[in-house]
Amino acid sequence: MNDYKKSLKLAIGQNMGFTVATVGLLLLWLLYNILHPGGFSSAVLIQNTNESVVIVFVAIAQTFPILLGGLDLSVGAVMTLANCVASALMSGSPIQILIGAIITLLTGTAFGFLNGMIVVYGRIQPIIATLATGSIAIGLALFIRPQPGGDVDGDLGWALTNDLYELVYTYGWWDADAAWFSPFAWIPVPLLIIIIVGFGIWLPFKKTVTGRTIYAVGSSESAAFMSGLPIERAKLTAFTMAGFFAACGGLYLAIQTSSGNADMTQAGSYTLNSIAAVVLGGTSLFGGVGGAIGSLVGALLLRMLSFYFRIMSIDPLLQPLIEGVVLLVAVSLGALRTLRTKNRLRLFR
Amino acid sequence: MNFPTINISSEDKPILIASGFILVILLIGTGYTLATQGTMPLLTVNYLLQQLQSGAFLGIAAAGLMLVILHGHIDLSIPWTMTAAAMMATTVGGELALPTGLAVGVCIGLVNGIGVGYLRVPSMIFTLGLDSAMRGLMVAHTGGYAPADTATPFMRFLASGKFMGVPMSVFVWAFVSLVIVFLLKKTTFGKSIYATGNNEAAAYLSGIKTRRVILGAFVVSGVCAALAGVLLAGYSAKAYQGMGNAFLLPSIAAVVLGGTHILGGKGKYIGTLIGVVLLVLLNSVLSIMQMPEAGRQVIYGTVIITMLLVYGRGQKVTS
Repeated sequence: MNDYKKSLKLAIGQNMGFTVATVGLLLLWLLYNILHPGGFSSAVLIQNTNESVVIVFVAIAQTFPILLGGLDLSVGAVMTLANCVASALMSGSPIQILIGAIITLLTGTAFGFLNGMIVVYGRIQPIIATLATGSIAIGLALFIRPQPGGDVDGDLGWALTNDLYELVYTYGWWDADAAWFSPFAWIPVPLLIIIIVGFGIWLPFKKTVTGRTIYAVGSSESAAFMSGLPIERAKLTAFTMAGFFAACGGLYLAIQTSSGNADMTQAGSYTLNSIAAVVLGGTSLFGGVGGAIGSLVGALLLRMLSFYFRIMSIDPLLQPLIEGVVLLVAVSLGALRTLRTKNRLRLFR
Repeated sequence: MNFPTINISSEDKPILIASGFILVILLIGTGYTLATQGTMPLLTVNYLLQQLQSGAFLGIAAAGLMLVILHGHIDLSIPWTMTAAAMMATTVGGELALPTGLAVGVCIGLVNGIGVGYLRVPSMIFTLGLDSAMRGLMVAHTGGYAPADTATPFMRFLASGKFMGVPMSVFVWAFVSLVIVFLLKKTTFGKSIYATGNNEAAAYLSGIKTRRVILGAFVVSGVCAALAGVLLAGYSAKAYQGMGNAFLLPSIAAVVLGGTHILGGKGKYIGTLIGVVLLVLLNSVLSIMQMPEAGRQVIYGTVIITMLLVYGRGQKVTS
């Protein structure tokens, strides 16, 4: 029992940023539901998760390159590209829709792989390589959708952005009113999508050699090299994963809005918000510390802010200011460690 | 006392290749106009001066950004520094317009420098946060009432006036360039920037006040971005929301294409200058060819990647 306590204490101490973010998110979420007239209801939860899915996926995408000590400035653009591809392909018979979804995800994954190739074999710094490929992705998205629009299957859009009841009812898998089903019927589908896709890939991946190598490269690339770890494979995988998760975000955005929009400004703000979310979730921009679950929490924290604006009827004009200041204060809190450092040289890295 | 001791040829290679590429762009553009219209407008002095004029805003912003990138840091707050400076300048108006704009730049630079240099927040995230805070301030500023947004005559003169047939903004750009070159080559501040960018711990141990150097670089970057913003407002005769948004990525690209290492410590100002000219000409030739936005973005990205593949490759980790 004592051992268990000790290891828990250690885990919390080692993941201070993540712990603070999670506790903060839970408190904010509780308070939000208390303040909200329709708090603790399925409808509010559905709305909140719906508005969070895309940024959560993009933030998870951003996590992989950041863990390497790199950065992917193209996630927003790849998300937009996938969004446009999906808006062109996601209609027709169920088989066509399925193939459309697969092509969408493959597009993003392939683009991520291309990023990885440029970083690994071209040996160009990730930040500048992805800056350039991001503009290529936006260009391709504009080719597909010069004007916003598109046609995505309406049933699918309705079923995937509501609770489980609607999903089952829409497709008639079983009697949606069955007694055994009612305890689960309220669960929002977007929440399930995040948990299944995010955790289902991240948790097993983290344990693989490639996953551990990503952490090792982020901590010290030379040490990882000398330990014989597959550095190149880890880098390629990290960027490919980033492309895949960005495509997941774009696919969901297409389903949600049933259209595609090659909006450069939107792509840019998703990229920047993803970095903010990753940092808020306790992942170090220097690499080697953190994880995708933290990014999920960070992204939800970012969205939570805008939910508060809505219920507290804060002047919309002040919202960007508050968002910016909260972000600045949050990241500066992380600076408290500089006050505790005994040797100033440790700060320079 | 050769400092910094970097192989000269490896530093000049990007500059030579980028210059060669500028010629290639001009040749392709001229070939296109010869084939379609039978004229060569690209090689006239007027056209080139016009390009320099529209490149001045990017050039000035990139000049300041270069000092930050030499540290291995980055300044993502450029867009709203430009916008905020322009907006405050037009709001105050009169003779105080330009000083007000520059003061905004100094303030933003100071905050960035304190956050990155003293609080040790990664520049990537701190400047990003300040950028959105500035955006918020400006939205709040223009939201409640409609402040004056027309550029003063002096701002217009600086941006689009002409002296001996050469646009004034080109002179301003040249002046900024001279100041930056002087800072980098002739002052301890400049040498300290290279030292800090190469190895901050070593620079600190040799007695350089590295935190103050970082602060200084961010202030220069803020002032340059502010100046670019004020000029841009003069050029378009008014300040407006989001006027600086299109300048962030090109200015990073210009600095890096000019051979400045994104991880810091290495780079020459002349390279940044050539990087800016390259991007401006590329953009202009593509618009002469009536390339749609989609194709432009793709070509833009491909050119950056290709050029970096030629000379911007890093060392392989072998130990």
